[in-house]
Amino acid sequence: MSAVLKVRVWRGGPEGGAWRAYEVPRRESQTVLDVVTHIQRALDSTLAYRYACRVGMCGSCAMMVNGAPRWTCRTHVDKVARDGKLSVAPLRNLPVIRDLVADMREFFDKWARARGQFEGRRTRADDFEKVAPGSEARRRADAAIECIGCGVCYAACDVVAANPDYLGPAALNRAWTLVNDERDTSNAARLRAVAGDDASLACHTHMSCTERCPKALAPTAGIASLKRAVSRAALAGKL
Amino acid sequence: MSARTDTLLWVAQRASAVVLALCVVAHLATIIYAVQGGLTGAEILGRTRGNAAGMAFYTVFVLAVAVHAPIGLRTVLAEWFGWRGRARDFLLIAFAVLLAAMGLQAVRGVFA
Amino acid sequence: MSRALARAHRLSGIALALFLPAHFYVLSRALELDAFLAWTEQPAVKFAEWGLVTLLALHLAGGLRVLALEFLPWRDWAKGLAAAAAAVALAVGLAFALAL
Repeated sequence: MSAVLKVRVWRGGPEGGAWRAYEVPRRESQTVLDVVTHIQRALDSTLAYRYACRVGMCGSCAMMVNGAPRWTCRTHVDKVARDGKLSVAPLRNLPVIRDLVADMREFFDKWARARGQFEGRRTRADDFEKVAPGSEARRRADAAIECIGCGVCYAACDVVAANPDYLGPAALNRAWTLVNDERDTSNAARLRAVAGDDASLACHTHMSCTERCPKALAPTAGIASLKRAVSRAALAGKL
Repeated sequence: MSARTDTLLWVAQRASAVVLALCVVAHLATIIYAVQGGLTGAEILGRTRGNAAGMAFYTVFVLAVAVHAPIGLRTVLAEWFGWRGRARDFLLIAFAVLLAAMGLQAVRGVFA
Repeated sequence: MSRALARAHRLSGIALALFLPAHFYVLSRALELDAFLAWTEQPAVKFAEWGLVTLLALHLAGGLRVLALEFLPWRDWAKGLAAAAAAVALAVGLAFALAL
């Protein structure tokens, strides 16, 4: 194990940028987030990057490490640094604000376009709507519900890269959880929102999202189910 | 192209895929068997000419291909060339007609 | 693995779509089949035939994988389908090569 890491970091903005090289002292149990933090604090205070919890709960620190999207706080350097080398870049498929900070707005806009918001029928004056936790539908929703919107799947997705209008795995995964929510009243409109060439049908099952999701979710599965729901609706004339 | 049309095209693509899966397996098995020991035109045509079942099978095969290939190319044109819209779809319909016409001509040539 | 197979699936689909009109044309001229078959004895043509059969097998295997992922209930082994599909396609290609 070398004493020094040779790190390439992408620096730049919306107009473009370039790789810059830094040398970072190697430490035991070091994470990529530790490396980036060291660079900003000790080597180059102009480096812009995001993090919050640093313990793998918030998803803010997602970046491209050696070309793959990861949570940098949960990526040990030992696992990814070949021959003591590392590269860090902002999340793919998103515009860059500066350096390692990606602009997440389109990610969340697409969430909204997929109708990823809950719409219920009760008000605060009514009693709670009861949902059986063991029901088939609730279990399907629960299997996909833990998404924290970190953008790793979006950065990993080849269809997002090829089609700027594609809603993406996270938005569709969230729509799937709501399709399975018996309290939601807007599913007819939601199915229409996730049909079409820029939505669920565009997924080519490369499964990069499922492979990279740090919460071990499987958006491919939810999207496949959406494809079936959407085609059933279309054949029944309900789309 | 509405969401509904996109979805129906997707369904047609998967349905024709299932038909083609069966046809292709049968076709590959036949070809691999036939190719062993060489083949002559007379040998092939001896088996196929007047074969009504064969004609029916390959007619279904050709029509499934005429549905499946253009829809597949539709996605490629959109993703690799950014081409969407009516012009693209008209071209693909023309390609479908071409495949069907040439394919049925081939079926006639081999089986009639 | 899935991305590589998906790339092969797409390229083989394009190649097959472009090849088929030629294939149909030749077959429609069945009366001249012997002359055509004589031409196919050349090694370059044999190699092309093998290529087409392998492309077809790749496209079929990749396509069956897509159908499985889209229509069968999700299981953990779904992740292994890409490798399985590639293996089957190569086996078919080998079978054809041996038969030639």
